[in-house]
Amino acid sequence: MDTQDFIALAMLLPLIGTVMIWMSGPRPNQREVVTVVTAILTFLCVLQVLPPVLAGENPTLIIANILPGLQFAFVVEPLGMMFALIASFLWIVTSFYAIGYMRGHNEPNQTRFYMCFAIAISSAIAVAFSGNMLTLFIAYEVLTLSTYPLVTHNQDEEAKRAGRTYLGILLTSSIGLLLVAILWTWYAAGTLDFTKGGILKGKIDDGLVIVMLFLYMYGIGKAALMPIHRWLPAAMVAPTPVSALLHAVAVVKAGVFTVLKVIIYIFGADFLTETGASVWLMYVAGATVLLASLVALTKDNLKARLAYSTVSQLSYVVLAGALATSFSLVGGAMHIVMHAFGKITLFFCAGAIMVASHKTEISQMRGLGWRMPFTFAAFLLGALSVIGLPPLGGSWSKWYIALGAADAEQLIFIAVLMISSLLNVAYLIPVFARGFFGPRDEERAQIADTHHHDHDHKSADHAAYGSRIVEAPLFCVVPLWVTALGCVALFLYADRLYAMLEPIVK
Amino acid sequence: MGDWEFIVGHYNYWIAIFLAMTGLYIVIARGNLIKKLVGLNVFQSSVFILYISLAKVEGGTAPILARGIDIYSNPLPHVLILTAIVVGVATTALGLALVVRIRGEYGTIEEDDIHSQDESM
Amino acid sequence: MLLAHLPALVIVIPLICAPLCVLLRGKDWAFIVALLATWASFACSVLLTIQVMKVGTISYAMGGWAPPYGIEIRLDALNVFILLIVSGIGSVVAPYARNSLLLEHIEERAYMFYCAYLLCLCGLMGVAVTGDAFNLFVFLEISSLSSYVLIALGSDRRALTAAYQYLVMGTIGATFIVIAVGLLYQATGTLNMADIANRLPEAGYTNRTVIAAFAFMVIGAGLKIAIFPLHQWLPNAYTYAPNIVSAFLAATATKVSVYILLRFVFSVFGVEFSFVSLPTAIPLLVLAVLAMFLPSIVACFQTNVKRVLAYSSVAQIGYMVLGLGFVSVAGLTASILHLFNHALMKGALFLVLGAVFYRIGSCNIDRMAGLAKQMPWTMAAFVGGGLSLIGVPLTAGFISKWYLILAALEKGWWYIVVLIVVSSLIAVVYVFRVIEAAYFRDAPDDLVNVAEAPISLLAPAWILVFANFYFGVETSISVGIAERAAQSLMGAG
Repeated sequence: MDTQDFIALAMLLPLIGTVMIWMSGPRPNQREVVTVVTAILTFLCVLQVLPPVLAGENPTLIIANILPGLQFAFVVEPLGMMFALIASFLWIVTSFYAIGYMRGHNEPNQTRFYMCFAIAISSAIAVAFSGNMLTLFIAYEVLTLSTYPLVTHNQDEEAKRAGRTYLGILLTSSIGLLLVAILWTWYAAGTLDFTKGGILKGKIDDGLVIVMLFLYMYGIGKAALMPIHRWLPAAMVAPTPVSALLHAVAVVKAGVFTVLKVIIYIFGADFLTETGASVWLMYVAGATVLLASLVALTKDNLKARLAYSTVSQLSYVVLAGALATSFSLVGGAMHIVMHAFGKITLFFCAGAIMVASHKTEISQMRGLGWRMPFTFAAFLLGALSVIGLPPLGGSWSKWYIALGAADAEQLIFIAVLMISSLLNVAYLIPVFARGFFGPRDEERAQIADTHHHDHDHKSADHAAYGSRIVEAPLFCVVPLWVTALGCVALFLYADRLYAMLEPIVK
Repeated sequence: MGDWEFIVGHYNYWIAIFLAMTGLYIVIARGNLIKKLVGLNVFQSSVFILYISLAKVEGGTAPILARGIDIYSNPLPHVLILTAIVVGVATTALGLALVVRIRGEYGTIEEDDIHSQDESM
Repeated sequence: MLLAHLPALVIVIPLICAPLCVLLRGKDWAFIVALLATWASFACSVLLTIQVMKVGTISYAMGGWAPPYGIEIRLDALNVFILLIVSGIGSVVAPYARNSLLLEHIEERAYMFYCAYLLCLCGLMGVAVTGDAFNLFVFLEISSLSSYVLIALGSDRRALTAAYQYLVMGTIGATFIVIAVGLLYQATGTLNMADIANRLPEAGYTNRTVIAAFAFMVIGAGLKIAIFPLHQWLPNAYTYAPNIVSAFLAATATKVSVYILLRFVFSVFGVEFSFVSLPTAIPLLVLAVLAMFLPSIVACFQTNVKRVLAYSSVAQIGYMVLGLGFVSVAGLTASILHLFNHALMKGALFLVLGAVFYRIGSCNIDRMAGLAKQMPWTMAAFVGGGLSLIGVPLTAGFISKWYLILAALEKGWWYIVVLIVVSSLIAVVYVFRVIEAAYFRDAPDDLVNVAEAPISLLAPAWILVFANFYFGVETSISVGIAERAAQSLMGAG
């Protein structure tokens, strides 16, 4: 088997898994084993593609000629490699987590859930490996469509309304703006291949670059630039594993990943800085960073707060792209990884809290930390990484983006980054703090109360009396520690990541 | 050519147009399904007349081979219209058959009554 | 020897088999005859296509009478493409007839259905192949008359009024076409279309007779195509016709009428006359844009899914007319391509609805709630066809939109690009209404135990769904033929 086969397999395996999950639908154990095995195999396949990419090659796989000169093709370069790696790795972790969560919550329609999940991962990997803008667009749309059933998973009115918002914004923006931009690019440049240095230079009027950039940036609705970010908070009605992997990693990162791809390989960073077309984008992204953080402060629902935090963090990457210096681009790419690990940890914690204590609002979590110490400790690690404090991964990416801002002589954005960090502290740390600084009496009453009401709730009922620790199932707690430790590891091994990503700006 | 000659010289067109408009008017204005078909027939007939009048060659006679006659009307439009008449007959027959069925189902052949019956369903 | 007569055989086979169905009576025999006849026609069409692609235009003199006096069958890239669409869809739909008819209470008259079906097929293909203007009218009427019969077979009594309405409108349209042919004959003295095209420049572009002929032809064809706002007959006809008939007509009848328009406007009258000396393009574009929007919006508010699709057909015709209105090779390519792709998607969707109707006896969106659990394959096929209708990448629908937008970009018409894109979004709304109902709502109480549709209904639907995806990825055949046809149409001017 050579690299091409592994590229194909990485996308095919989840699809094969989908069919097998479907067939083993009535047997939950088998279904979940299939999911986990598929996830692991997929990750291994993606890993096989890594050595050639590190050696500087661009493994290519051409499936079909859709139109003359336009192929359905996959070309792996460092940025895509990185995205595929985190998506497939975190899928393994999330699969374990999902088992604990979905069972703990007694969710219906689990088979459909696992199937759509697998399709979504397959398309996320396809987004990562896409060799041209059309292939990316196709994978991007499949990703939207396959995650729609996950958003409407609960099938109640709220979920359906959220589903409509989700699909409405994502499809409208992608078909209405992104597709037009792609067609325009094709018309102007005669190619859609991702090429170093861009393909648009000299092909369109300098004045129109702004328009084109606008079409692309707002066409990529998954990047959740304000004011088309509404779909992301709406998507939070989905089960937490979905919010964790898809709406903190795969889907939203597919958005900002596409943003970086477009800026690096379609426009070309130099072309953007020469024309100054991206200045407006810096301000929009900067505003999104701050505004979304402010909104996050007002949210009491933990998942909603995390969602707005994601909106804000995504705009870091867009900002990095708009600055278009080599530091900021690498920093933006790194931020995709760093934020992925940090945010998925936070979501895992939110889900664990929901499974163990059925609490969704932050104001209800007073004293909960004493009962779920492992979860809350991991929450702190994730939060610190998102805030960007050493020794956690998030610090590096912020550092490089700030360097990029200095390089581009846009010092105001260093200030934006600083203020945003403070806001992050303001909305994330209280969650942790509240967990440990609650009045003991009330907390004891709560335990008795919870126990009284949740007879059918199996998670460590007996332990509740003795140790007062009522943690979520192991299937939940272990994965969230894996990702939390991942944040630490990323701090320590950031140089390798940097080395891997460097070629994209050279 | 003056206006007057233009008008008189094209009298066959005026007749055809008059018939066509009459036919269309009946199709649109009448609610009775049979009358609509009558209108349709009038409309089609106008076209037949148009074709046949086009075939007329000045001084020509019916296109039958006979001794001593050199000038014929053009036979081709006649043949065409023969076909068109057959098509028209078929259309009318089918239309009438439909009207019979409609009457069987609705008990009426007035368009308004049929509409109100469908609305009330 | 037989191969030389292929152009005639392709229409003679169904024509002869139609009365045979009536003579044999037995519903199985009639079915077998009809099936074999359609398949034979399809085989002929494929052979013809290969031949035309190899050697170029084929001319065949009917009964040995040389054109322009005899009736000529003239096949170029455009004709064979239409032929391929009609006979192809006919062959896929035919096996479906057996089961789909059973439920709609016309079993005892099934042989009549097959007879009308073959006649309709014959008429539609006849229109596509003939090179004679009057002959075209005759074939058109054969197909129209038989389609009125087919629509009237619907189980709902409103099928009768729908058929009647269509009969009146269709006859007016066809008569307009006869008038146009008559006037053309008067101006040029010939009925052979190629011959008319040669002689028209002599008659002059300002000739009043020719202008009148043009107007009658465009309106007449427009009525048969159901160009907005001449589409009033279409929604009822497609809604109340038996499902198989909806599928067949939606995929073929309007397409053949579009062909008539293309053939006359571009090859017979010629681009020079139609678009340079007359301001035809602007009204066509305006109507096309209106068609893309108004019926689409109406479609969003229908409760009967067949009606949704019918209105969507009117909207999709807008795209075809739009491409035509661009008057460029790119625009025509898009039009012809969409002709083909739309036949695939609408055929598939109507067949799916037939399967739904077969099981639950309704195509109402509320009755279809939760159906995805009970009929997963059927609804999956709907999703496939629906995606193509929206124009999602990797489906045939995307390819047509792609070319349409490129054609608009070539003209530099930005607002048209925006309009095309926005109108596709409306398609998202009406397709997803159905999908949301089927997948994310609970089934009505009396419909919780519904079995999957039988394979004989599913297979044709899935063949078309598969075709939608195949021609969305492998476009060399469809785009290749469409491009050639477009070039020859523009070149003829």
